[in-house]
Amino acid sequence: MPVPIRVLVAKPGLDGHDRGAKIVARALRDAGMEVIYTGLRQTPEMIVNAALQEDVQVIGLSILSGAHNAIVPRVMQLLHESDMDDVRVIVGGIVPDEDAEALRKQGVAAVFQPGASLGSIVEFIRRNVREGQALR
Amino acid sequence: MKTAERQFTTISGVPIEPLYGPEQLAGIDLAQQAPPPGEFPYTRGIHRDMYRGKLWTMRQFSGFATPEETNSRYRYLLAQGQTGLSVAFDLPTLMGYDADHPLSEGEVGKCGAAISSLEDMEILFREIPLGEVTVSMTINSPAAILWAMYLVVAEQQGVDWAKLSGTLQNDILKEYIAQKEYIFPPHPSMRLVTDTIEFGARHTPRFNPISISGYHIREAGSTAAQELAFTLRDGMEYVDWALARGLHIDEFAPRLSFFFNAHSDFFEEIAKYRAARKIWAHAMRERYGAASERSLKLRFHAQTAGCSLTWQQPYNNVVRTALQAMSAVLGGAQSLHTNSLDEAYALPSEQAVTIALRTQQVLAYESGAINTPDPLGGSYFVEKLTLDIEAAANDYIRRIDEMGGMVAAIEAGFPQSEIAAASYRYQCEVEAGERTIVGVNRFQQDDQPIELLQIGENSARHQCEKLDRLRARRDQARVTQTLDALKSAAQGSENTMPCILDAVRAYATLGEICDALRAVFGTYQETAHL
Repeated sequence: MPVPIRVLVAKPGLDGHDRGAKIVARALRDAGMEVIYTGLRQTPEMIVNAALQEDVQVIGLSILSGAHNAIVPRVMQLLHESDMDDVRVIVGGIVPDEDAEALRKQGVAAVFQPGASLGSIVEFIRRNVREGQALR
Repeated sequence: MKTAERQFTTISGVPIEPLYGPEQLAGIDLAQQAPPPGEFPYTRGIHRDMYRGKLWTMRQFSGFATPEETNSRYRYLLAQGQTGLSVAFDLPTLMGYDADHPLSEGEVGKCGAAISSLEDMEILFREIPLGEVTVSMTINSPAAILWAMYLVVAEQQGVDWAKLSGTLQNDILKEYIAQKEYIFPPHPSMRLVTDTIEFGARHTPRFNPISISGYHIREAGSTAAQELAFTLRDGMEYVDWALARGLHIDEFAPRLSFFFNAHSDFFEEIAKYRAARKIWAHAMRERYGAASERSLKLRFHAQTAGCSLTWQQPYNNVVRTALQAMSAVLGGAQSLHTNSLDEAYALPSEQAVTIALRTQQVLAYESGAINTPDPLGGSYFVEKLTLDIEAAANDYIRRIDEMGGMVAAIEAGFPQSEIAAASYRYQCEVEAGERTIVGVNRFQQDDQPIELLQIGENSARHQCEKLDRLRARRDQARVTQTLDALKSAAQGSENTMPCILDAVRAYATLGEICDALRAVFGTYQETAHL
């Protein structure tokens, strides 16, 4: 049995809209991944800490409030400072194209905008993280 | 797939029969279930003449960036023929943080207007006569504080509180259930809500102190029946608390207002509004012994479904919104917000919000929908759907009663997990292609970008500088003294509204007032479960 991919699904910022985060978390779990859902209002520090504790390969950030430009760079910086650059960060939510481009330049692996299918998210993670892939 | 094999269901998953006729209504006394509009239980509408007597209020929810910018948008909307205002606050305001709090970084003015103090509220309503327009405020956990700011601005304008007309959302239960903008734990939160209901009953007889909201429950992915049931059961919870406070049912019930979603399944939505009035009227009379006719009549605002708006081919959203708005009108809404075509992307541009308002005007003045109340009354299909959704909602209400009420049900995670299951089921149906979303999973094409409203970080800077200046010039001793008085009131059982008003008048900020309450009430963190 391969070791399942471990994913942290996180809701940073003040935004309480958790419908998308919960659906994605369930879909990843149904696809055989191990999913840890942080719950609401996580600071970048809390998220990176949880990612370290839970030894995840992927962090999924769900942001619908427009605060992604303030939050995501901070998460990327903290991951770098913690020697966790190998953790793939994906972002889902209301992120305009030009912001998505800027986030990718900062190392975000993928940005899923409204209407993205659950299948495309599962497939992206499977393609980019192998099951049982050696960690740090 | 052959027609005979295919299942037809509403968007909520309710099976629909091939044809509706007298057999679906066999044994049903329609004269009793759906008597003429204006007659108990108001299935067909709360007024005999409905829109022939008075159109619904066209109330576009708006707010962005600084109070200065939002004030200009309001004055523009009023000039375009909008008949009421509806304030959207930003996330820091909704969560009781000032613009300069560290957690506000990146969020100031993004999802609504940033209001940190009485000064901001004064700017928000500059040159808008509060005695003449009705104002709705979408604020929940810190609702008592924002309402106090509004009351003080009215005072400054020389408007008698008794003449103020408007609505405070102030529905904390649906925050725990769906929207999740809560600060304090459920019990002290309910106490604050009860304080505002009591204060309103005494001082603002024309103001709705609460708008019991299904909108966010539906946006979080509930079915129509869940939206209906959880909203009405929330309403009963507020009634129970107000009665326990010693108020008489007919003192406050006439000012309880409701807010429902206008979602995409046209007939199911119309049935939902009809059933809502019916269930509420029965509950008020039979469960609570209300005698005043005004206590029995469920009045509601509707907003088209934000979650149905697509990022792909955004102009299609105009059509979705028009159909959803039509269901609210045929369902007898008292006021209506129509979403703008660009809202899957951002807060709406002025052009987009104008089209949304024009959609309501076309409905009101061109479609003929207003000519007679409840035009679908007597339709076999709509009457049967109304009976079915009423039964489904009553079943949920009974289960929540058995759990000990809505606060207990929320603490057990019951409505939250019912909604999460429904939203996942729906998403899986979309994923499997069993449900079509035009332009998303069928009929796709490449999109042209649209012009969007941009909100930069200038608003945050402007708000923080204003706060610095305010803190420097106000009477700090008075701020401390009013906040201390509020803390003692919160520790006891007296109504907190007078102390909140005093703190607001002293220009204590929203964050400071919430911190005083946080110190007494503590904060709430839900158990995260999928």
